[in-house]
Amino acid sequence: MSEILNIANLMITPKSAPSRLLVSHVSLALSAGKTTCIVGESGSGKSLTALSVMGLLSSQLQATGSILFQGQELTKLDNKALQKIRGAKIGMIFQEPMTSLNPVLTVGYQIGETLTAHLNLKGDALKTRIAALLTQVGIPPERANSYPDELSGGQRQRVMIAMSIACEPLLLIADEPTTALDVTVQAQILKLLDELKTRMNMAMLFITHDFGVVADIADDVIVMFRGEIVETGSRSDVLNNPQHPYTKALLACVPDAEGLKQLKPIDYAWLEAAA
Amino acid sequence: MSEVILAANHLVKTYTQRSGRFGFGSTQVKALDDVSIALKAGSTLAVVGESGSGKSTLARCLLQLHPFDSGEVIFAGQDLAKLDKEALRSQRKDLQMVFQDPFASLNPRMKVGEIVAEGLLIHGLGSKTEQQEKVVKMLERVGLKAEDMQKYPHQFSGGQRQRIGIARALVLQPKVVVCDEPVSALDVSVQAQILLLLKELQQEMHLSYIFISHDLRVVRHIADEIVVMSAGKIVEQGAIVDIYNAPQQPYTQQLLSAIPGRKAA
Repeated sequence: MSEILNIANLMITPKSAPSRLLVSHVSLALSAGKTTCIVGESGSGKSLTALSVMGLLSSQLQATGSILFQGQELTKLDNKALQKIRGAKIGMIFQEPMTSLNPVLTVGYQIGETLTAHLNLKGDALKTRIAALLTQVGIPPERANSYPDELSGGQRQRVMIAMSIACEPLLLIADEPTTALDVTVQAQILKLLDELKTRMNMAMLFITHDFGVVADIADDVIVMFRGEIVETGSRSDVLNNPQHPYTKALLACVPDAEGLKQLKPIDYAWLEAAA
Repeated sequence: MSEVILAANHLVKTYTQRSGRFGFGSTQVKALDDVSIALKAGSTLAVVGESGSGKSTLARCLLQLHPFDSGEVIFAGQDLAKLDKEALRSQRKDLQMVFQDPFASLNPRMKVGEIVAEGLLIHGLGSKTEQQEKVVKMLERVGLKAEDMQKYPHQFSGGQRQRIGIARALVLQPKVVVCDEPVSALDVSVQAQILLLLKELQQEMHLSYIFISHDLRVVRHIADEIVVMSAGKIVEQGAIVDIYNAPQQPYTQQLLSAIPGRKAA
């Protein structure tokens, strides 16, 4: 199994308050063809971890530690070098497909931008590639001439996926890509991402707060709580046999479709006492 | 068999949308197309559907926050749509709403005490001191403190704001509460807290809920009956156990099979 990304001892702090750890001692490794889900509540540091890989952290924040991508230390790279990797070798999909697309440009043009910037594709070659990408994500190729507002939320997210895989990245980071979508559309998008991951043998880092989504898509699971990783393991281990009290508590407050479970909110005071 | 407390019969609501290149044309969109529901006293009726199915329009039409084209909404033996302003206002005390977005639905310039007391003030219920007592009691009941009355909404977390929203609705001791996606903006742990709180309050205050949601897992935990909507029409309705165990309509089946985590569980 080839390792694509290795994060070691990642710490993120606000520049104005260096003693406050937003992400603390996070280490993880991703390999090709595997989906790793980071699960956690708001403020657990899951999105910050993902953003730091892309070098997209706010300028107010400071990250230390090591992020090795195919053996290359990303934290040491300048912006120009990072730009060559971002969008080419590492793709990213965000939560809100409407705000991430430019409303005054056709979706074909926006997909083309990535291809021109990284692969220098032009003319007919570019058009052919855009059409192929759209087909790959399940959108009719003639939609390349549509504007984002002419597409539904699910289609927009498919366009975002087409953009993110345009240069056949080794790593795809998906930050809550289905949270804003309807449940049937969510199921389709999850299936599409899973298929693409397998077909292109990508490593996928999937950020979510929903254990249901984890159950559908993850190979490995990382549970974060207040900036720290509290548990890692395979999907079945974490879901069926959680070890850490926080993981257990988090699972206990997820409603199930059968309605059998007695919902139990997290008792943070108890957790702190147990820690 | 308990009595029906709120019923909607054959509701129709059409929106007119501008269409065409420069908006010269217009198209009619049927947001509600002959929708009939019945809420039994003390129970929870969930309305589920995807975006654009008309579920929020239904909520607003039930409370007369939106005018509708035809049909009737029967509450306490009266057709709410036929009432004049004054009469409707006095009924509103019994019909309250909890909104989805706890950040947008509380006035940022008002103190929490004022927000929760406003309904009492408008309906002229009790003296000033009685009102204050009710507010304190309600805030404490939903898990906040008496001193929180002096604070502003921005000083609270999302879950706490939703508690304020619930206190505001329930301080009037309504009979029916329409909850429009009350937990969809919340973290899963906070969601569980709010769901349990809503359930407890239902028991204590004999409330009947209309619970609008797109989350079929949440609905399974809170509702007694369910209405499945799609494109302004009711696709299927019935007892929650029946629908989840044996959905009859293809659309419902599709919706239920799309619930994440079902196959791995």
